[in-house]
Amino acid sequence: MIRSEILKDIAPILRDKLVVCNIGIPSQELHAIDDQPTNFYMLGTMGLASSIGLGLALAQPKPVIVIDGDGSVLTNLGTLPTIGNNAPSNYILMIIDNGSYGSTGDQPTYTGMKTDLAGMARAAGCDNVVEVQDVDTGEALQKAIEDGVATVMVVKCDSGNAKMPVISMDPVVIRDRFMKAVAG
Amino acid sequence: MNIDKKIADDLVANDIRFVTTVPCKQLAGVIEEVDQRDDIFHIPSNKEDEGMGLCAGAWMGGKRPAIIMQNTAIGVTINTLATLIQYYRMPLPMIISYRGELREPVACQVEMAVHTKALLAQLNIPTYHFHWQRDVEEFDNILKYTFMCNKPVAILTDANFWGGYGDQ
Repeated sequence: MIRSEILKDIAPILRDKLVVCNIGIPSQELHAIDDQPTNFYMLGTMGLASSIGLGLALAQPKPVIVIDGDGSVLTNLGTLPTIGNNAPSNYILMIIDNGSYGSTGDQPTYTGMKTDLAGMARAAGCDNVVEVQDVDTGEALQKAIEDGVATVMVVKCDSGNAKMPVISMDPVVIRDRFMKAVAG
Repeated sequence: MNIDKKIADDLVANDIRFVTTVPCKQLAGVIEEVDQRDDIFHIPSNKEDEGMGLCAGAWMGGKRPAIIMQNTAIGVTINTLATLIQYYRMPLPMIISYRGELREPVACQVEMAVHTKALLAQLNIPTYHFHWQRDVEEFDNILKYTFMCNKPVAILTDANFWGGYGDQ
């Protein structure tokens, strides 16, 4: 499976949850598959999805699911110790690890070589790290939500992107409707 | 006047409940003060752009944030300021240790100091410079201004403001 197939699979689980989605094609795919006011789409700032989601989870009690990527986590590795030492029980970081920088043309990342993101998360202090195969994502995500403990999911899948339109929504509109959904 | 306490008092009075910090020798006192306040959730960041991400999330979650960092961080965070904080129109008070200014003992710090105000001006970020201890009296107004206009706002605090470096 590629990322867009996973997103289609888990869209019913994500629908009423607060979702912070990674820059580029992941946000375009989620937006095209099931746009919701509870989705915060990143239009820029590679690497910060996990941090934005952590701040959000610490500030309010609703479950927060971050859809991140291997390349983006690699660009903000300092996030893992911060998560490991501070993540509250309503925080789920789902790293779609396809071993490539999808939005820039599928150049390989180091996680397709020797680097193990799950191992890095554990070493950073994340207590609950689960490695998941693409087909099992929905089941693992549902379990993480029901368990109610801070979770880092590393979802292994194939490299590749669906052809989706660029998000044309104004960033202030994305942010404003998201904040209303958070407060609602 | 205890400026560390005054800054923390003003943060609390302006309902700022989420503060992230990247350490600096000059800022050690205010970071410790923030850490000890029950009213403020203090979360250290490993890098300043990560900290701005945390602040963005906290604000969308209903908590007013602030970041405490060095001016070298302006070099690290330009993309984050432009494409996250400014693009989504978010408020962010940035309490910045202005290294490389008068009474600075480390020459390398001057290399980013000479770019700091120019970079902030290029980003159209409202910028205030505290040089005398009495300048802190404006801090409360600056915080109110930040959350009125939903912009990142820089408060540069130099070595003279903090009382110099002692014997260094």
